[in-house]
Amino acid sequence: MISDAPVLQQTSEPAEGAAAPSRLNRYARPLLGILLPLTLALGWEFLVWRGWSNGRLVPPPSRVFATIIDLARSGELVRHIAATLGRVGLGFGFGVVAGTLLGAISGYWSLARRLVDPTVQALRAIPSLAWVPLFILWLGIFETSKIALIAVGVFFPVYLGVMGAILIVDRKIVEVGRTFRLSGPAMIRRILLPAVLPAYVVSLRVGLGLGWMFVVAAELIGASEGLGYLLLDGQQLGKPAQILAAIVIFAILGKLTDWLIEIAAAPFLRWQDAFGRATGA
Amino acid sequence: MLALDRVSKTYPNGVQALARFSAEIRQGEIVAIIGGSGCGKSTLLRAIAGLDRASSGTVTLDNEAIAAPHAKIGIIFQEPRLLPWLSVADNIGFGLADGPATERREKVARALERVGLAEKAQAWPRELSGGQAQRVAIARALVPQPEVLLLDEPFSALDAFTRRDLQDHLLDLWADTRPTLVLVTHDVDEAVVLADRVLVMRPRPGRLFDQIEINLGRPRDRNSPLFENFKRSVLTSLDRSLDRGVPDRDATQGPGQAMWW
Ligand SMILES: Nc1ncnc2c1ncn2[C@@H]1O[C@H](COP(=O)(O)OP(=O)(O)OP(=O)(O)O)[C@@H](O)[C@H]1O
Ligand SMILES: [Mg+2]
Repeated sequence: MISDAPVLQQTSEPAEGAAAPSRLNRYARPLLGILLPLTLALGWEFLVWRGWSNGRLVPPPSRVFATIIDLARSGELVRHIAATLGRVGLGFGFGVVAGTLLGAISGYWSLARRLVDPTVQALRAIPSLAWVPLFILWLGIFETSKIALIAVGVFFPVYLGVMGAILIVDRKIVEVGRTFRLSGPAMIRRILLPAVLPAYVVSLRVGLGLGWMFVVAAELIGASEGLGYLLLDGQQLGKPAQILAAIVIFAILGKLTDWLIEIAAAPFLRWQDAFGRATGA
Repeated sequence: MLALDRVSKTYPNGVQALARFSAEIRQGEIVAIIGGSGCGKSTLLRAIAGLDRASSGTVTLDNEAIAAPHAKIGIIFQEPRLLPWLSVADNIGFGLADGPATERREKVARALERVGLAEKAQAWPRELSGGQAQRVAIARALVPQPEVLLLDEPFSALDAFTRRDLQDHLLDLWADTRPTLVLVTHDVDEAVVLADRVLVMRPRPGRLFDQIEINLGRPRDRNSPLFENFKRSVLTSLDRSLDRGVPDRDATQGPGQAMWW
């Protein structure tokens, strides 16, 4: 029988030593990231406050903040956010479902890949905004065409991510499944799904990013509510503070939804032995 | 009994990796397969495991033909091949999908204990050393209690000390249920310390060249003159299989001979 005791004793020491810097890092790292934008914002605020600039085209943070408060008080903000979130949510949902299904079929079944993938790749080469006029003709100017556009944007990275991830699953690990005589469904559930999950989460996050990009495009084209509408309205009425307010809210919502995916996936990805873990990226 | 009857394998690219390989391996026997690089050892083992089909010839276990992975046959590869998303305990229990959960947990706990990794039960595979990971792989293969365990150079990636530890450990585990072991190795020392019989293969195309019975009791003393004698005869046979001139008898005892390549 082989004992591990000496090995364990050796490893426990550096682990304790490493605890202190990691705790420091935990708080210091996000702070470092905030430093630059905070300095710039405060600097600009100060300049406008001293009267060195009138801040009409680039309103200071306080005025942007006040705009957000005003919009929130009147209930407008909630309405616009709800409209945009609804569109992104639906578009993202459709895009993810379609991308996952088609990507999984293409990845798992090589005949389907030969049949479908060239077409998908050709469609992917089309800049997605080129679909807009067609979507409007087909689906009308209202919600459907917007959601379709967002779904198209989300579809491609998810499709590619799923298919690529299945294709590079390690043959050696699949062989382990074979030696234990896993059935087809068991092989998918116990080997393929977990192996594919890290890449899938990445593709979801990329897809969500594109979803946010395309919701702006869709709402700029024609909408009576939504954050994109706030942008357009601010431009037409010459209200830069409103534009900046919408941009800030886009940033917050984008980051928040991305973070939600990350949080939801984290428990399933704790096993990963990757560069990102060590650096806390 | 594991019977190989004129097993041949030609790969789609035309390489004839195995030609009419025949052998009979008794239940509970430990057989080492040794031979030059590329002589078809892995091909043979994969055919026995049912991972690849032989082009012709048959593999039978107790008169049952093997054409696909079989519940009674386990395999351990050169790399541990642990599933990185499962804890050590779940990896060991991977082959126990059916059966009541409590029984499964018990078996896994016993296996963990048996390979000396009880305190690593909840660790991730990435947190293990190479030797520990290979022990988990051994436990995973042994837990379903196979009648035949195939090992393809299982210790070749490990340092000399760990390798010796694991060789002894493997024998220890083998004694529990006495499965048939078929072990591919490059290490003459390993073959002689573990095997009841050493099969020497000859390359291009791979076939059986020679068999050497190792009539030594266990545990074996790696330093005994008798042990040295067996090593020398395996080495001589290997050299012949590769058409190398057999060196002067007295000159074969240098320290570098344990690893014949
Ligand atoms: N999948 C494959 N397709 C084509 N040829 C193969 C394949 N696998 C192995 N071969 C060829 O078959 C022959 C035997 O290979 P095999 O892997 O069985 O050798 P080996 O004895 O295990 O060698 P080593 O000791 O280096 O592991 C080699 O010539 C090899 O090039
Ligand atoms: Mg090999």
